[in-house]
Formats: sequence, C-alpha cells, structure tokens
Amino acid sequence: MNMEMVKTLIIIIMSSVLVDNYVLSRFLGICPFLGVSKKVNQSVGMGVSVIFVMLVATAVTWPIQAYILNPLKMGYMQTIVFILVIAALVQFIEIFLKKFIPALHKSLGVYLPLITTNCAVLGVTINNITDYGVEDSNAFLFSMVSSLGCGLGFLFAMVLFSGMRSRIEESDVPESFKGLPVTLVAASFISMAFFGFAGIVENLLA
Amino acid sequence: MSKQNNMSILLKGLLRENPVFVLILGTCPTLATTTSVDGALGMGLATMAVLICSNIVISLLRKFIPDTVRIPCYIVVIAGFVTVVQMLIQAFIPDLYETLGVYLALITVNCIILGRAEMFAGKNSVGKSALDGIGMGIGFTIALLAMSTVREVVGAGSFAGNEIPFLVENGLTIGILIKAPGGLMVYGLLIAVVNKITKGKLIKKKEFSCEGCPSASSCHGGCSAEKEDK
Repeated sequence: MNMEMVKTLIIIIMSSVLVDNYVLSRFLGICPFLGVSKKVNQSVGMGVSVIFVMLVATAVTWPIQAYILNPLKMGYMQTIVFILVIAALVQFIEIFLKKFIPALHKSLGVYLPLITTNCAVLGVTINNITDYGVEDSNAFLFSMVSSLGCGLGFLFAMVLFSGMRSRIEESDVPESFKGLPVTLVAASFISMAFFGFAGIVENLLA
Repeated sequence: MSKQNNMSILLKGLLRENPVFVLILGTCPTLATTTSVDGALGMGLATMAVLICSNIVISLLRKFIPDTVRIPCYIVVIAGFVTVVQMLIQAFIPDLYETLGVYLALITVNCIILGRAEMFAGKNSVGKSALDGIGMGIGFTIALLAMSTVREVVGAGSFAGNEIPFLVENGLTIGILIKAPGGLMVYGLLIAVVNKITKGKLIKKKEFSCEGCPSASSCHGGCSAEKEDK
C-alpha cells in the first residue's frame, strides 16, 4: 500500500463524512435521523448499528454483484437481490448477536429491525457499485472504505443533531412550528453548516 | 353506501391523509427529488405506478402470505415492480433515469409503499386497495409538485425548466433553496403552513414515532419503549 493509495482512501472517507454526507446532502436515512435523534445515547446506538450493517451489507453485496449477477448478465436483478440480502442479513445479525454477544444485542438490538428498510443501507450498496464498479482491483477496498465513511457521517450527523434537538425542546416555538416543522428547519441549519465543507476535500492533501 | 365509501378511500390520500404532509412518510424522496418540477413529477408518477401495482398484488395474495413472513414477501413484490418501472424509464425516458439516479431504485424502501401494504392492502379487497394506491399516489405526486414548485421558482427562478425572466433578471432567486438545506427548510415551512391553515387539526402526528412506521411490528415498539424508560 503506497502513499497515493492512503491519500485516496482518506479522501473517500473525508468526502463521505463531510461533503457528501448521506443524511444532510443526499437525504438518505432521514427517517431514523429525525426519529431516533432525541437523546444522544440513542443516536449513538443507531449510528453504530448503521455503520455495522453498512459494512456487512457492502461486504456481502459487492461479491454478489461481481461474481454472481455480472457473470450471469443479471445486473437488472440488483434491486431485488440487494434488498433481500440486506433484510436477511439484518435478521441473521440480530439472531447471531442475541445468541453470542447478548450485551451488544441489548444495546443495538432494538435498532436493527428499523435498519432493514433504511434507504441509506440500500443506497450505499448500490452507490458503491455505480461509483467504483466491480472491475477495478481496488474496487472492493474502496467500497468498504466508502461504506465506513458513510456510516461515520451518519453517526456524526445524528450526534450533532441530537445535541441541537435537546436545546429546541426547551425553547419557546410558535404554535404552528411545534414538533415536526421546527425539527426540519433545525435540520436545514445543520445541513447548511455542512455545506461549508464543500471544496475542503480537494485541497485537503494537495 | 359502497360508492360513497370507495370515493372516500380515493380522496383521503389527497389531503386528509396526504402521505407527505399529514402521515409524514417517504421523506427521503420528498427531499431529494424536489429540486426540479420535472424530477418531482417523474418521481411521483413512478412511485404511484409501483404503489398501485404492489397494492393490487399484495391484496390478491393477502390470504396466502403467512403472517410471520409478510414483510419480506411485501418487499419482494415491491422490489419486483420497482425493477420493472426502472427498466421502463431507462428505456423510454433516459433523461429522467439520469436525473433520479439511485432514488429510483430506492422506491423499494419508500415507507409509503410498505406502509400502505401493511396498513391497507394486506387487509382490504383488491378494488379498495387499487383505489387506495391511486389516491395515495396522487397525494404524493401533488405534495412533491408543491415542494418542487416552491424550490424551483424561488431557488432557480424557473418552472419545469422554463426560465421566469422577471425573477432571474432582478436577481430575486435564493439559490440555497435548490441545494440540500433548502429541501429541509421548505418541507418544514410547508408543514407549518398546513398547520397554520388547519389550526393544527389536520396534522395529528407531532413527532416522528413508531405509529405509521412500517417496521414497527417487527421491532415490537422497541425504540419507543426505550424512549420511555430513559
């Protein structure tokens, strides 16, 4: 692994955490972002579960695309196969954790079923195939690193936002803005803050 | 009586149970594809097509699908129709396919479709489920059009790709509205407007909660139970 490679990997991580943040600029995984971000510890739990599932899902779906779907010329089955694999995988992880690592199951277990229909997980697996392909010898590594970055970005956004929400709970909001609307407007501000990172990655290691 | 009933099933999706502004489902495509009116219309119609087809098929199969594995079964049916719609759009409207990109495949995990399958099509007859699909689909499309009209007119000074000279020449556009933060802000403001007009009566759901979440049955209210004991 040479210097150039390390540089590329750092750029992939930084851009998926800060610039192309999955929640705040690509709008994937908005439901858990708004639903489970009331308390900091909950958002950490959800974020860690998402990172975990994203990594495992990419590790499974990339070989399926490369060694099963593409050789058989069944690329169009991508959506069906990926969502089924993710659904089965999440179930399997839940059963596995329950049996072998009960402590982890206790803290992450409740979030796992919610992740099955989380568009961020399906999105990251499909985006990895479109962005990095299956031909390149480094594609699998890039895909895994990009999933890690996307998951970290999700966790980062969740934790920041839960801090913001606990402040909103205590403030006086106009009647028609109570609840959802003010949450969305607050999310818009945090997204605006992330907007400021645009362009940072190109010059990061130049 | 029955006719009246069918009419109300069809119409409730438009306003009283509008999936975007009242039930707060399908937030991801609502935010991501409303930067232009064209994209929003395409997304709305594609979702509607999938919703109607999956509602009909799930309703036909409702007596054969065992209760314990119904969610995976629903997902397979939905993903099948999404693939069909994806291939049709790629073949006949390649521009739209480029605009929507990954969000087209992500119709599969759109909560509206799984939510309607779980809440309506799995319990009702084929005809009613089809009407529900049509109503909800139109409601979703209207909501996307409303969002995208605000965002495109104010953000880019154009409507469906046609520039509005008055706005552009006088520099009256707010560029951030077509960027990511604008989506969240316009969505929040529109819900607040609906709240204001109906004096908070329409939108009963004040927070994101397990109610209406299609995964709720499989997590046994896990996330809300945890909220209470902490």
